[in-house]
Amino acid sequence: MSIIEFQQVTKKFGPLTVLDEVDLAIEKGEVVVLIGPSGSGKSTLLRCINGLEMISGGHLLVDGRSVTDGKATLQDIRREAGMVFQQFNLFPQMTAVENVAFGPRHSRGSSRRQARTEALALLAKVGLGDKADHSPAELSGGQQQRVAIARALAVKPEVMLFDEPTSALDPELKQEVLSVMQQLAVEGMTMVVVTHEMGFARQVGTRLIFMEHGKISVDGNPRDIIANPPNDRLKDFLAHVH
Amino acid sequence: MQVDWSIILDFIPQLMTGAKVTIIITLLGLVGGTILGTIAGLMRSYGGVLLNAIAFVYVEIIRGTPIVVQVMFLYFALPVLADIRIDPFLAAVLAIVLNAGAYIAEIVRGAFLSVNKGLSEAGYALGLPTWKVLAYIVGPVAFRRLIPPLGNQYIVSLKDTSLFIVIGVGELTRTGQEIMAANFRAVEIWTAVAVFYLIMTGAMTLALRFIEKRMKIL
Repeated sequence: MSIIEFQQVTKKFGPLTVLDEVDLAIEKGEVVVLIGPSGSGKSTLLRCINGLEMISGGHLLVDGRSVTDGKATLQDIRREAGMVFQQFNLFPQMTAVENVAFGPRHSRGSSRRQARTEALALLAKVGLGDKADHSPAELSGGQQQRVAIARALAVKPEVMLFDEPTSALDPELKQEVLSVMQQLAVEGMTMVVVTHEMGFARQVGTRLIFMEHGKISVDGNPRDIIANPPNDRLKDFLAHVH
Repeated sequence: MQVDWSIILDFIPQLMTGAKVTIIITLLGLVGGTILGTIAGLMRSYGGVLLNAIAFVYVEIIRGTPIVVQVMFLYFALPVLADIRIDPFLAAVLAIVLNAGAYIAEIVRGAFLSVNKGLSEAGYALGLPTWKVLAYIVGPVAFRRLIPPLGNQYIVSLKDTSLFIVIGVGELTRTGQEIMAANFRAVEIWTAVAVFYLIMTGAMTLALRFIEKRMKIL
């Protein structure tokens, strides 16, 4: 069974169709990189997976459960699908370690001590063991994003969703975030990544999807697609993001 | 008549009694008003159509009418309408609760809606129910932004108690007027009354400064 399955999924914002009868199956262990021009629906597709946007039509299953099956199911799905945002969205009133421990404490019901121990281990894993007691405002963008990755991992998800995780970062800070993501991929985490980092797509991605006008227009092996774009629009797009 | 400041001393105990009534009305009214306002503000921000509409009508009625009319209604009209008789003190407290509540509702609504949507999305993405997102994530950030406008409202409400002179509550302004009616010492008495108000609002301002300093606005 696929971990994520889109069946004829449509998403509309008022009269605007953002996703147009999308079919897509993502298997465990895949690192799917989503690219496409602005407004093509790639972020919306990602946000439908954990129900931050509700689908307007079709079926969307995550680990066999439907996102339209009510609040409790949706909360379960969200624990299975961690999300990392473009703007980090760390909780400003909490320190780094409190941010990471928050999910296990309040979503998984871990004890305070256990949540903290695990949070410290995750911070060490993303290279921020020494920043545990810093507030988000005291961290650089790259550090904040790594805390955000640790926060999402803390809930022990099956899948990680990344919504342009490096787009808000200065060039020299992108790499530290991309390395953490690469490490996750190596460990076998299933990942869906909306990004413009073609280097990451080529080296880490196992699958590349190019979206246009709410539809998937190209889907295949990243290295092959980037070397030989199957259509002119993708060729143009790649020329612009490079 | 010569201005003679020394006569104020004779009336300080009486003015203190009036000030005490003012403080009690304000404190009780603001505790109630803050609770009512928080509930109404959250209804406005997160309630469904019905809760939102109820809170909206409440806020509009209160904001759209003068507080003097509100307290007159509570004290004089309610007994006729509903056969509920309340004493002037209770009418005064209720008027502050209802009046401050409406303004505080808007303050609460503004503070909660000003919190970046990304924060609540991050909370939902962890699998939290709405109430936890509000209680643990949005609430604490909103609370810090609430303090300056809330302080403003508290000071306004304290001064609004002076209008309850119309229903004869023995608060500070009423006390001043009673003294004045007996001795016609307008300059001395109204100066003393003004200073009493300044001391009370000044204390409030200091307390709010203190809280603001201890809490970083996020």
